[in-house]
Amino acid sequence: MMIKVIPYRRHDPNEQPASLYPAYRATVRRAPREPLILLPHTLSEITGPVYGHDDIGETDSDLTRQHAGEPLGQRVIVRGRVLDDGGRPVPHTLLEIWQANAAGRYRHKRDDHAAPLDPNFTGSGRTMTDANGGYQLVTIKPGAYPWDNHDNAWRPAHIHFSLFGRAFATRLITQMYFPGDPLLAYDPIFQSIPDEQARRRLISKFDLEITQPDWALGFRFDIVLRGREATPFEA
Amino acid sequence: MRHNTDQAPSPSQTVGPYFHLGCTATQSVSCLAGPKAKGERVRLICRVLDGDGVPVNDSMIEIWQADSEGKYHHPDDPREKAVDPDCPGFGRLATDEHGISVFETIKPGRVPGNNGSLQAPHLNVSVFARGIMKRLATRIYFAEDRANPEDPILALVPEERRTTLMAKPDPHKDGAWRFDIHLCGEDETVFFDV
Repeated sequence: MMIKVIPYRRHDPNEQPASLYPAYRATVRRAPREPLILLPHTLSEITGPVYGHDDIGETDSDLTRQHAGEPLGQRVIVRGRVLDDGGRPVPHTLLEIWQANAAGRYRHKRDDHAAPLDPNFTGSGRTMTDANGGYQLVTIKPGAYPWDNHDNAWRPAHIHFSLFGRAFATRLITQMYFPGDPLLAYDPIFQSIPDEQARRRLISKFDLEITQPDWALGFRFDIVLRGREATPFEA
Repeated sequence: MRHNTDQAPSPSQTVGPYFHLGCTATQSVSCLAGPKAKGERVRLICRVLDGDGVPVNDSMIEIWQADSEGKYHHPDDPREKAVDPDCPGFGRLATDEHGISVFETIKPGRVPGNNGSLQAPHLNVSVFARGIMKRLATRIYFAEDRANPEDPILALVPEERRTTLMAKPDPHKDGAWRFDIHLCGEDETVFFDV
């Protein structure tokens, strides 16, 4: 049986980070040196796991309600849409996030930053996009934190986002940043993306309409996954 | 080619050292095919090594595979045959202190390739870690499988590097296969532009 596979579109390499970027030291021993081999999409790449749909709990998308008390820090609402690169919504896809607390400390055994843990904050959340690709998360603004990449190195405030999309080809893990963060200019992870406009797409936008009076600041963060090539004509 | 209405894709960023918090702390999946799944049982021992040959103890491995008949548990697999309900085909684990993740699964069947070809049994693998900017994609094939010489994707790989894509049977343990992922260095694994 002949199977017609409509492939996903390829990335512009300038819009993705360089894999070897010595300013980010960990890449030196972990980045492949051989060129990647172009893999024409088959059924293996255009399918992918349908995962995590059944076990999303009520407080998973509100990181401020996962403990007995409220976490310290600035409450923020992050709202956006997950689209494909043709502008079509990506519905019912899993979105997982993790982040530091307001003091810039992760609840993780390998984080030894001398900043306090917050007993009321775990820093992990998950949700599904709705039928229009929309999602909303409530959390606190993560703090910046130092890391040992270079002298006086600090990561800008960020939230990690993990998405599956519809296929093996659409898997994406990225980071969301906050507007006006002076540390972005010094951050090799952010700066590893060659194209400036592409970098800007990882910076959320302050949004007064999402902002809730007397309660929380609102930020908009849309995520664009790869879409498919136009359907080929039947010969 | 991009059209006016098109959106530019979001760039990837590294998962960093703390991904366990959001991904594997509560959402690990070590079993891709339950005990009732049809097919030859496989215990897959994957190890991730850096360019110095040092085990990478802070990486995440994800695997996606077809069932024993080569059918994917996904609506975009158009073939009418039913998928094995005991083979969801997805796994993900963080590597341990030795850089190792162990998955329980079955050997997948042959999946159609393009232009009427048939692929050899393989698993689709993603590797994430601190220092990896963008998901590294590779494939696991089974060493000495009769179908390997016919596989259209292996044929794209220079012959001397194909061995990096082969899981090898563990001579001491029945059903166990070992697969080392060398991120870079002398035995660098073949990674694909997916």
